[in-house]
This record gives sequence, C-alpha cells and structure tokens, in this order.
Amino acid sequence: MKKLSARRRHPLAALVVLLFALAATGGLYAAFAPADEAKADTSAASSQSLAIEEGEKLYATGCSSCHGTGGQGTSDGPSLVGVGAAAVDFQVGTGRMPAQSPGAQAPKKPQVYTQAQIDQLAAYVASLGPGPSIPTEEQYDPAGADSAAGGELFRTNCAQCHNFTGEGGALTNGKYAPSLDGVSDKHIYEAMLTGPQNMPAFPDSVLPEKEKREIIAYVNDVQGEDEKSPGGFKLGGFGPVAEGMFAWTIVLALLIGVAVWVAARTAKARKS
Amino acid sequence: MSTAGDAPKRRGKAPAGERVADWADGRLGIYSLAKANMRKIFPDHWSFMLGEICLYSFIIIILTGVYLTLFFNPSMGEVEYHGAYVPMQGVHMSQAYASTLDISFDVRGGLLMRQIHHWAALVFLVGMFVHMMRVFFTGAFRKPREINWLFGFLLLVLGMFTGFTGYSLPDDLLSGTGVRFMEGAVLSVPVVGTYIAFFLFGGEFPGTDIIPRFFVAHVLLLPGIMLGLVVAHLILVFYHKHTQFAGPGRTEKNVVGMPLLPVYMAKAGGFFFLVFGVISVIAATFTINPIWVLGPYRPDQVSTNAQPDWYMGFSEGLIRAMPAWEMVLPGGYTLNLGVAIPLVVIFPLVLTSIAVYPFIESWITGDKREHHILDRPRNAPTRTAFGAAWISLYFLLLVGGGNDLWATHFNLSINAITWFVRIGFFVVPVVVFIVTKRICLGLQRRDREKVLHGRESGIIKRLPHGEFVEVHEPLSREQLHTLTAHEQYEPLEIGPETDENGVRRKVGPVQKLRARLSRGYYGEGSQIPKPTAEEFKELTSGHSHGH
Repeated sequence: MKKLSARRRHPLAALVVLLFALAATGGLYAAFAPADEAKADTSAASSQSLAIEEGEKLYATGCSSCHGTGGQGTSDGPSLVGVGAAAVDFQVGTGRMPAQSPGAQAPKKPQVYTQAQIDQLAAYVASLGPGPSIPTEEQYDPAGADSAAGGELFRTNCAQCHNFTGEGGALTNGKYAPSLDGVSDKHIYEAMLTGPQNMPAFPDSVLPEKEKREIIAYVNDVQGEDEKSPGGFKLGGFGPVAEGMFAWTIVLALLIGVAVWVAARTAKARKS
Repeated sequence: MSTAGDAPKRRGKAPAGERVADWADGRLGIYSLAKANMRKIFPDHWSFMLGEICLYSFIIIILTGVYLTLFFNPSMGEVEYHGAYVPMQGVHMSQAYASTLDISFDVRGGLLMRQIHHWAALVFLVGMFVHMMRVFFTGAFRKPREINWLFGFLLLVLGMFTGFTGYSLPDDLLSGTGVRFMEGAVLSVPVVGTYIAFFLFGGEFPGTDIIPRFFVAHVLLLPGIMLGLVVAHLILVFYHKHTQFAGPGRTEKNVVGMPLLPVYMAKAGGFFFLVFGVISVIAATFTINPIWVLGPYRPDQVSTNAQPDWYMGFSEGLIRAMPAWEMVLPGGYTLNLGVAIPLVVIFPLVLTSIAVYPFIESWITGDKREHHILDRPRNAPTRTAFGAAWISLYFLLLVGGGNDLWATHFNLSINAITWFVRIGFFVVPVVVFIVTKRICLGLQRRDREKVLHGRESGIIKRLPHGEFVEVHEPLSREQLHTLTAHEQYEPLEIGPETDENGVRRKVGPVQKLRARLSRGYYGEGSQIPKPTAEEFKELTSGHSHGH
C-alpha cells in the first residue's frame, strides 16, 4: 500500500486509473450482455444488408425508370420512401408492379418476380424509410375470427367500392375497385394496411389487426373457393342490373320460344 | 256403350255432370254466359301470347306471395340474428330482415318461393313491356281499345311500384338505399316535399313506419287494384274481340281463329304450366336478390352496385346522368334541381307519354274509326319510329343507371359513359327516329316491289341474244292480298285559305300544328304508295315472267 500511496501523485496515475475503469466497465459489459442475441443480430443484419443490396439491383432494373433511382419518385411514379415492405409485397406479389402501361390504374396480372426476389425488393424499399412491414401469418390468418362482425366492418368500410361481396366496382375516370375473388389473405391484409393505388389505407390505428382478420374471414365466406351460394348461380353477384339483363335476355328468349312453340301447334280443323 | 234402344228416350236420373251444371245454372245463370263465350274465337299468333305471359306470371306472383306472407314479419323492431346463416349471426337487424333470412334458410321451400316470386316479378314487368310493344307497333291501341291501353298502362305503372315496395320489404342494405333514393326524390318536390316525406316515413328517415306501410301497399292495396284492372282488361279483350293481322278472309268485321273451348283453353292452360315451369327452373338455378349477403339496412352504410330492379332502372339512369344543379332562392329556400328535374319532371313524362299516345295519334290523324285489323309496323313508319325512339331513350337510361357495370365490364371510364348518356338523351332518340322511319319506308318499297314484280327466285336466265335476266316468281293471291291489305291515309288538310266569299279563314295555330303533324305521319316521304290494281295489271298482263 505504501508503494501505491507513494505513487498516487505520479503524473501518469490518472491515466492508470482511467485504464482500470475502462477495463472494468468493458469486462462487466462482456459478462452481463446477452451475448447470443448480439451474435444473431449481426448475422441477420448482414443477411438483411445482402437482401437490400440484391433488392437495390432488382429495383434499378425493374422499377427505377418510373420511381426514380433512389425511390424518390418521378413524374411517372410516386415516391417509395416510407411505403414499407408490405406495399412492395402487395404490388409486386399481385403482379400489379412492374406496371405494363400507364393508365388509370395498374391491373392485377401474373406475378413477374419470385417470392424471394419480392422479399429482396421489399427489403430495399423498406430501407428507404420506415413503413409497414410484411405481416406474419398470425396477423392475417382469419381462423376463428368472427365473420359476422367482419361483414359489418366490410359493409361500413369496403362495400362502397368493392360491392357487398367484393365483386368490385367502378370508380371515376376508368379507375376501379378490383374484385376480391381469389385474393390471398395476406394480400387483402396488406392492401388494407397500405392502401394501394386508389384505395385508402386502413392502418392499425383505424382498423386494428383483429378487425382486419374479421374482414378477411367475411370475404372468405362470401367470395372465393369456400363461398356458398345457396340460391344457385349468382350471375356475377352484381345485383339488380345483372338480374334485369338476365330477365330481358335469357328468360324472355325462353318464354318467347315457348310461346312460338305453343302457337305453332294448333288444332287442325276436323274435315267432316 | 249405349244401345240403340235407350239412347233417344232416356228415363230416370240425368248424368251427374248434367245435374251439377243444371244446379249451378239455376243459381248462377252460367248457361247463357258459357254459350256466349265458350266458342269465342281467338286468332293464332305467338305475339298474342305475350299478354298471357304477364297474366300467368301475375298468378305465380300471387301464389308464391301468399306463401311468403305466412312467414314474413313486416316490422322494423330491432333483433339480434341467431338463425342458420352463419355470416349474419349476432348482427343487429330489423325483424323484417331477420324474417326474410328465416324464409331463405329456415323455412322449407322458402328460398325457392322467394326466388320464384322475384323472378316472376321481373318476368311480369318484362312481359308487360313486350306486350305493350306488340300492341303499340301493330296499332292495336286504336279505337275501340284506347281504354284497354290505359288499363294496361296502369297495370305497368302499378306493377313498377308494387315491385319497388316488394323489393324494399326485406329492409336490406340494397333496398334501403333504394328507399333513401325515393326519399330524396320526394324531398326534391318544391314546397311540399319535406311535408310529404315526413308524412310518408312518419318522421325522419328511416323511422319505423315505412316497412309496415310498404307491406300494406305491397300485399293489399296495389295487388288489389291490379287484380281488378286485370279482370277489367280481360273483360274488355272479350268484349272488343281480339285483333288480327291482315290476311285472306280476315276483315274488320270478323275474327279468324280457333274457339276458346276446347282449343284455347287447352293451349292457354298448357302455356300457363310452361311459363310456370320456365320461371321455376330459372328460380331454382339462378340467385335473385341474395339478401343474406347484402346485410341489414343501416343509413350509414352503402354499397356499390346499389341499383333498383330493372323496371325502375331508368330513374336511376336519369339521376346519374343529371348534373348536380342546385338553386337557393332568396329567403334561403333550396331548389334541388339535380333531383327534381329528372325524378319529378322527366320520370312522369316518360311514363305518361305511353298513356297519352293513342289519343295524340287519333287527334293528329283525325282517324276516329274502329280498327280490328292490325298494322304491320312498317306500314305506320312514323308511329313505329316514335316507338323505337322511346325505347331507345328508355334503354339509354338503363345504360346510364348501370353505368358502373358498363365501365368495369367494357374497360370504360364511368365519366365517359355518363357524358354519352347526357348527350345521347337528346341525340339518340332523334337518330333512332330517322333511321327507323327510313327502314320502314325501305321495307314498304320492298313490299311494293314484291307485289309488282314477284319474288326473286335466284334463277338467272340467259336470253338468246346474250342478256342475263333473273326470273321473278309471282306471289300467290293470298300473299298479294296480305301485302296490299293495309290502308293508306291522306294527311289532314286545313282547307282553303279563304272561304267562298274570299274572306281569309281564321286558322288557329293548333290547327296548323295538327296539319303539320298529320303531314309528318301521312304526307309525302312518310309512306310509299302501295301498288294499285291498275299498276299490277299493267305490269303482269303483257308477259308472264317479270324481271
């Protein structure tokens, strides 16, 4: 102790104390920090940055001509900063993007990229600014959701454009709300979350996850493979216009056909 | 089976049928009634059976409607649904909507009955429409049948409103939007609109009165009046006798055809079952008005494709095509012209034009005689053109009413369709009028040609000096008669401008208009003179083959 106290006024004493303190904090940190997760983080970060890199390449080839080289948008396409991975997954996953031609609205068509490529593109676009991420299955899986409640929500929020059962409908100037027939649960969820093209967005603050699942459950009940149509063929499900058209064409033709048939079969006058 | 001995002098009791008939005759006097009408003659033509389609679908509607009233609860009291249809369980709705769901899913045969009822209603109105077209284009509305035309017109209008009230009864989101539309129309009536709306709905929309009130109108009031009109319509058909197309042996004074009993009874009876069968097959295979997916009515909700049944579709078209004009009068009173002009002014005009046409035509043409021989549409070009123009306007408005479906199915812009309807409203009927008239005149020329030169046989003959001629076959005498049986009229003349004393005669503007219209109907360029007997003789006497 004597040695130590003798050197306590040594000019380098402060430095030595500092070194000890740093070593102690560093050691304590190394001892208590959750080492495994830190390790995993780094590997995810590296694969994430790889996906972003790949996505950037795909983006430069397929998207940048309209959306700009940095996703900032041009006169031909909106900015993608902050749209999030969910928007990319919906637009590219349903084949709407890359757009084939300019027009009122990009229609649904066969998907151009593989799901892996879509994920890379989504990672790149997500890196441009914070936005909704791709939902996990438990977020959009409608199993057990109340489809009657979903029906009420659908009629309140969706039916104005998509029709009672999601057959789709017209909007102004050639725009339209597409049919929901055959749209996957994930894509319905993402559409509500991000509001693609002419659709308004329904973020979780407006329509919580549970309600989105209820809506998906309702759509599955009245539309798509599992739908039941108790009344028979549903004539497109467009309501009275289609029914009237059917009455004027098929039913009237049948009845006139019957009338002509009956009129042509007349009693022969008996020769006596 | 009887032997020769006992046939003439029968003793003992008469056969049972005769005794029943005798009993009834003694109390109802049916013998003379039956004697007068059993052998009533009706002419044979398929287009004369269009009215029967209406009658039979009306009967089908009544039969199925009675079944539906057994289970329907016309109340707007709110309940929570707990029936068989899962996607509606737990939803709050009116008893009217809940009982319609019950009819669809819990009542035996209920859904089929609903669909037969609704499809038969559409067929009823389509049938009336087509039946009226037949009557119109053949001139069967002329004297003495104007009153019956009016009865038919009333049936059409009442049918439209019965349909509308019936469509509204389930209180679903689609029909509720339609009732809201109607409320808007009533509100737009200047000055009294608000009062009428409050009276109709028993207060603010939607209230709790409208469904029970519509129910009374739909099952009692309107069908009661319609039933009376149907009976009157049929009595008049019997009284006037049926019209017939021109042909050999057919005159204004006879009817050529088959007797009611047994021929028409069998045909009409069979036709009833055929119509019932067709409607049932359609109803069993094609959904109509699936109220279970529409949801109960709530004023805060609306869906796209909210359109009325087709017979009200032209009102929807009028509203969709009309610009949203609004005017605020000094004093703060708002005139909603965007709704009032199409629904309070044009909508009734489109309908009343049907009702008044027979009277207008007989006024213009000055024709007050009875007509029992039908016109071929081509021989009345101006009338046919008017009818076609009206129909084109009507269907244009139907396109306007379904503009959203035209847009989505033909990849068009809804705005472009709306503008097409706006311009077409004024242009299309005029174009159709001109085109139809010219087609009629063309067909008249063709008839004239056929009468004078015969039918083209398709055989080409080469003459000795090298000329090619086509051989025309002369028509049979029956065909010649049929093609020349129609009358051709002279336009009304105002008369000389001065009377016998050289004084200018006073001719009112109405008279002048009437003469002008009459010239439009029968003047030069509105009909092709039919061949006269002299023309025919001159052309056919010289040589045997025409060319």
